[in-house]
Order: sequence, then structure tokens, then C-alpha cells
Amino acid sequence: MSSSTNSLSPRKVSVRVGGAAGDGIASVAETLAKACSRQGLYVYAYNSYQSVIRGGHINMQIRIGAKRVWSQGDQCDFLVALNQDTIIRHAGEVTPGGGIIYNKEKIKLDAATLPKGVSDFGIPSSTIATKFGKSPIMQNTVALGALSFVMNFPFEAVKDVIVSTFKKKGDAVVDANVGAAQAGFDFAKENFKKVEHTWNTSDKKRMFLTGNQAIALGAVAGGCKFYSAYPMTPASGILHWLAPRGAKYGIVVKQCEDEIAAMNMAVGAGHVGARSMTGTSGGGFALMSEAVGLSAMIEAPVVVVNCQRGGPSTGLPTKQEQGDLFQALGASQGDFPKIILAPATVEDAFYSTAEALNLSEIYQCPVILLSDLLLSEHYETIDDLDFTKVKIERGEMVSEGHNGNGNYKRYLSTPSGISPRALPGMAGMMYTAASDEHDEDGVVISDVFTDPAKRIVMMDKRMRKMDTALKNLPDPKLEGPADADLTFITWGSTYSVVRDAIHRLEKEGAKVNHLNIKYLWPFKADAVAKILKSAKKTLMVEANFTGQMEKLIRQETGLSIDHHLRKYDGEPFGPEMVVVRAKALLAGKKEPAMAGR
Amino acid sequence: MPTETVDITKFKSKIAPDWCPGCGDFGVLFSLQKACATLGLDPKDVMVVSGIGCSSNLPGFFGSYGMHTLHGRSVAVAQGARLGNPDLTTIITGGDGDGYGIGIGHFIHAMRRNINVTYIVMNNQIYGLTTGQCSPTTAINTQTKSTPEGSIENPLNPMQLALVSGATFIGRAFSGAADRMTEVMTEAIKHKGFSLVDVFSPCVTYNKVNTYPWFRERVYDLQAEGHNTGSWDAAMAAAKQPDNRIATGVFFKTSMPTYEELEPAYKFGSPSKQKLGLDKESSAALVASFK
Repeated sequence: MSSSTNSLSPRKVSVRVGGAAGDGIASVAETLAKACSRQGLYVYAYNSYQSVIRGGHINMQIRIGAKRVWSQGDQCDFLVALNQDTIIRHAGEVTPGGGIIYNKEKIKLDAATLPKGVSDFGIPSSTIATKFGKSPIMQNTVALGALSFVMNFPFEAVKDVIVSTFKKKGDAVVDANVGAAQAGFDFAKENFKKVEHTWNTSDKKRMFLTGNQAIALGAVAGGCKFYSAYPMTPASGILHWLAPRGAKYGIVVKQCEDEIAAMNMAVGAGHVGARSMTGTSGGGFALMSEAVGLSAMIEAPVVVVNCQRGGPSTGLPTKQEQGDLFQALGASQGDFPKIILAPATVEDAFYSTAEALNLSEIYQCPVILLSDLLLSEHYETIDDLDFTKVKIERGEMVSEGHNGNGNYKRYLSTPSGISPRALPGMAGMMYTAASDEHDEDGVVISDVFTDPAKRIVMMDKRMRKMDTALKNLPDPKLEGPADADLTFITWGSTYSVVRDAIHRLEKEGAKVNHLNIKYLWPFKADAVAKILKSAKKTLMVEANFTGQMEKLIRQETGLSIDHHLRKYDGEPFGPEMVVVRAKALLAGKKEPAMAGR
Repeated sequence: MPTETVDITKFKSKIAPDWCPGCGDFGVLFSLQKACATLGLDPKDVMVVSGIGCSSNLPGFFGSYGMHTLHGRSVAVAQGARLGNPDLTTIITGGDGDGYGIGIGHFIHAMRRNINVTYIVMNNQIYGLTTGQCSPTTAINTQTKSTPEGSIENPLNPMQLALVSGATFIGRAFSGAADRMTEVMTEAIKHKGFSLVDVFSPCVTYNKVNTYPWFRERVYDLQAEGHNTGSWDAAMAAAKQPDNRIATGVFFKTSMPTYEELEPAYKFGSPSKQKLGLDKESSAALVASFK
């Protein structure tokens, strides 16, 4: 039973909700997380799940703090077990001071096996829940109410979210759910001792969303008018958010027969002047590849979002990996201009998507936005996104007023490589955009007479856009002290976990800094090389087997990273393993064996 | 029909076609120019999209906006272009390998969507640009470079496929009968919804079986025989090619809402012409919706 000194880390509290697919984990976890976000607290929530609709094991880890939370963390203070399996898997991981909430009428817990200081919060959830409804999910609501009590978290906040969630289903549903939560709370109050934890709540409500929702929001803010996709985890969240909102924001949202169609349609829409985007994961991106080259060749703007997941092939459909960097770099045949960027955080996903839409039109080439499952699917509390920072830049266009004389050169060779764009429908500008090599007029030069001189002009013109982009894109910045003993290097979502680890290392007196690379192509070789040359020790953290970013850095700068931490087991990095590796390196010890190479 | 007085020069491009002399595609190009001119279309408002193949070179020879895309992807790209700017008259041109082989998935889905585009397939029953391999419409037992002992696969029947896939206008023409081809194309472009015009466009270089004389012996015009274009069953029967006769003309047409008519996002006009970016109010509402 509960010890007399129940207290938790003053900084962050983690709740893990575990069960099988179909048990209603999301409803418990999201209600709690949303309640926290509405109370001025920050949340980082990661759902570890499998590619099944029913069964399997799912657990959602919610980490709550008064300041920004950068990762799902490693520990579990409160475990809400919705099935026996969750007890077996996680009961031993609960932090002393915390406890386990479960339906004691269905689930067995041997209190003697619990770590010292971990409380047994068994509840007769079935009996309590039947008063409020037949659905077994109602037991979860009972658990949520009990959790609110034992965590010493304001019940009103939980109630508020329940009300807003069920409002559209009518008063009866609202009352039943609020009643079940209240009953859970009351039972806990009578039977358990709550932990001593003061929540630094405030009335500051913050945004709570996933990376995919941020991408979709960035698309709306950035003027996306056409979104095509074929369902694929973990990119479907973008489609799901945009589909019901397309009509409101004038966006044609098109589910296609396959990713080949999704990409080719996006190219067609981009070509006629509708800002277009398509989203997928690695397997779908592979199908899109040929049209990535089409976009580059006909200079049609398009944004492709690749939310990476565990590969190869179908791989780990619901698991984290950053294994598609080489695929993005090498997608489609031949040499052509493309821009690849990898947002690191939920906010960054928003701004980067809008930026990607701009870049695609400015440089008239495919822009690949590399997200990853963790970034795309984790929920996070963030400060308000600033929509005024999003500026629409459509690049060089031939104006409608400029009435062409029929001598318009769509692919005019310019010093920047960028040819002013005329949109179909404009008078006097007609041309055919050809995937065959063509001249400045767009006339195909491949079939009858392949003119080597013209070919060179056109290749050079297209590739010059990369020089222009390289000049214009911002340099990566080093975060932290310049004279650090260790420099972390990351891309994509690993930025956040490293940032979390750095916070801990700094508290322990370590001097570390951090280089996150967002613009992956064209590669800012000079800026990256400059940072690496002045670094004492370097540690690359990335979620793939071969160290794709590490290789890219070596390819582009000729410099090797000293150490790496890689992971390809499907679960995201936790801050602890980053801290352990960093400390060993800082102490000059032999590197400890870890998952990953 | 006043085709004689129609001026097609505005639909000519400065590029002369590089097809083999006698290729059926010349006739298709001419008829398409005539059909567009007959309909009084402005070339700047016409978008011709093709894939890859001999016939897919057509947009370069046609005086309008054009796209010459990937092998098999013309229908996908064209749908994107059409959905991105529904003010453009969208015409897709290509061959049987491009549309019925590699691109058949897009073809079927475009038909069931009833997107308002016209798809003209120059069907020569052979792969011409790759120098004479069998195509999805090559007749069984036909010898080609890739089937030296004769093809052992049944050919695809595009008319029947279009009928079961939900195309709302299905026509067929023979490149050797230009006036009738122009009429069918004109009607197809005018039709609201997905229109297929399958054109027998003989390959004089690689297909020594399905020649102009071969077709002349077999083709007949459905409209000359009182065919009911509203009857799906009658169209299906005609597509079976009974008695070794090959039907041309309009097989089937019906009126159904187009994809564009059902897509609510168009209430703001063409996606290509909308003002981009959000106002302060919409932005604030979106931020609030996540709290």
C-alpha cells in the first residue's frame, strides 16, 4: 500500500497508459494531456503502438512539466494499466513515490512484487463504471478520475476537457462521463493517499498538437491549395486533419489510388499554380520517386512530406526511424535540383511546411520535407504558433498584365537559374512543359536532334538554382557554448531528446553544445565544416543503422564525426541513454554497449 | 457541321510533328485541332497533357499549354492540373501502352471519379517508340519483337473497361476517317465528365497487321446503325465486336455530376487563382482550436 512519503520529482511527472489496441488508451491519455495543456503545463506525449486495430500492446507516455518538455522521458511515475499485459510489462518500471491504477476486478497485481514506495491503486472500476454506461471504455474514465486524485491534479481541469470532448454527443453522454470520472475520483479519495506534488498551474492555455497537425496547419497557413495522398502511417495524420477542413480553406484534398498518382497529381496541380503538397512515408515515397524528377525537370513546384518510419520494405509501420535520408537524396534518376529539409520540433514542422511551399515556388523544384514518426505523431504542448511569421513568397512570376508576344521562354537561362514562371491560362505565354530534355522554349531536344550545347545550357541552368538556394538558405547555428567539451549533432526529431539530455548534463556541470542540421540539401558544407573543425569531440545522434547523416556530412565536408549513437529498434531515444553516452565520452571512458551501433 | 470553315491555325505550334510518314497520329492531331477550333476554345485556356510514347509527343505539336509527362502518368498529372485549375479545358493524349499498360490504374480511377477531362488514346496495338513490342491491345497470336511466336495473352478491351469503370462518355474513332473522328472528339470535349475517345491510329512502321486497309474492311459507325448511346448494355454489346466488325462512333454517354461539381473547395474559385495566406481572424481561430 501507499507509503507515507509519497512525493515526486518537482520538475516533471510521467504517466504511462498501457493496454491493447481498442482499449481506449487515447481517450485517457489525451484527456489528461489536454487538461495539463489547459492548466499552463507543458506535455510531451508519445504513443508506442503496433499496426493492429485490436490487440497488441500500446502504451502512451505522457510527461508533464511546468517548463517545456523535450521528450517522453525514461521514467514512469504513474501507470494506468488497462489490461494485465501492461502490469506484466511495466509494473516493475514505476518510480518510487508513484503508483499503479488498474481495474482490480479484472486485473491482478501482486503488491508484494512492486518496487518499494510504489502504490497499489486498484479500483473496482467495472462496478463503478456500470452505473454510468455499458461501454467498457467507461472504466477508463473512472481510472482517469482516480488518477486525478492520486496525482493531486485539479479534477476541474479533467472535467473541463471531458465536457468539451463529449459536448457534441449531447448532455447525457457528458453527464455519464463526468459522473464516472467523479466516481473514480471519489473512490480514490476515500481509499488512497494522494502524492505530495504541487502543480505549477496557471490560466495560460497552450496549444497541444502533433507534428502532423503542425505540418497540416503549416500547409494551410502557407497557402497550400492541393493536398494529395494515399493512406500510410505515419503520414495519414496530415490527411486526416486536412480532409474535413479542405472546404473551409479552399484546399482540394484528394485521396488517390496510390502514391504514384498522389505525387503526379501534386505535380500537375503545382504546375498550374495551385500550391501543392503530398504526404507519405518511405514506401510511398519510393513510389513517388519518378515524379520527383518530373517536378524538377518541368520545374513544377511541389512539396513532398516523407514521415519516415522503420524500414526497409514494410518494415516497422508504426515505429520510429530516420532511415530515408539517402532515399530522399537519391530519389529519381539523374542530377536535378531539389531541396530537402528536416524540421526538428512541432513548431518547426509548422514553419518549415510553410517555408517548403515558398521554397518550392521560389526555386521551382521539388521540396522534400523529411519528418519522422516521432515528430509526426507525438503530441506536444507548445507556445502559440505565430502565423504572422508566415509570409507567402511565390518566386519570380510573369505577371498577367505582361501580355506576352509569343516569344516567352519558360526555361530562360538566367544567372540565378530561376526562370520567371507563367501559369497556364495566361495569354501569349503558351509552352509545353516536357519531361524530356528541352530548350529554353520548352521544345523537346531529345528525340530528333540531341543538341549537346543546349543540353549543357539547360542542365547548368537547373543546377544553378541549387547554388542560388545554397546562398539564400540560412546557415546552421550552434546552440550552447562555443568552447564545449562535446558537440552533439542531430537532425529531425532527435534534436529534442538531445536538448533534453543537454539540460540534464548542464545541471551536472558538463559543457556541451549542439548542432542541429535542418537544411539537408543543398548541404551547407562550409558552415557545418567550420563548426565541426572547432569542436573538441563530436557525437552524432540519429535513428538509423548506417549513420546516414554522418555519411552525408563526411561526403560534403570531408570531416568524420568522432562518435555516434544510433538506434533502429523502433522506439525513440530516451534522454537517459544520450546522457550516459555523453558522460562516458566526456570522462574519456570506453563507450558503453548500447542498443544501436 | 461547319468544319470546312473552321480555322485551326491558332491550335498549331511552331514544331512540325516528327511521326513517321503515314502515322495515324497526324490525323488525330488535325482532328483535335479542328475539334478545339470548332468549339471556339481559346488556346491559352486549353491544357493538353501526355505521357511518353510516339503519340505522347502531341502536346509539343499542338498550340496550347501542354505537359509532356512521364510514361503512364499523364492521366494522374492531368487530373492534378485539372483540379488545380478547373478553368482550363483539359485534354489527355497518349498511346495504348501508356494508358492501357503502365498507366491503367490511373485510367480506371479517373473514370470512376468522373473528372471532367477528355482522354484521347491513340491505339496502334503496338509499342512504337520502343520499336515494336506487343501492347495491351495487341491481338492474341500476333507476332511482335517481344512475342516472336505470337502473343499468348488476351488483349484488353478498352471500351468494355471504360463502361464498367464509370466513364460518362465513351467513343471510338478511326484515324482514317477524319471527319467522323473530329465529330466524336468535339462531342467528347464538350461532354461534362470523363470522356474516352479510343482512336485506331495505325502504326505504319511496326504494326503490319492492323493497317489502314485492315480497319477499312472492318469499321462501321454506330450512329449510322441507330445505336442507342444511352444504353449501357447496347454499348457493351457493340464493344464485343460481334461478326468481326469494329464499331466506331459514340458508344455511351450519360450525365452524372462531375468530381469538380461535388468538390466543395471550389466555392472559393480555382485553387490556382485564390489569394494565399490566412487573415488574422482565421489564424487566431486555428490556434484556439488546439487549446
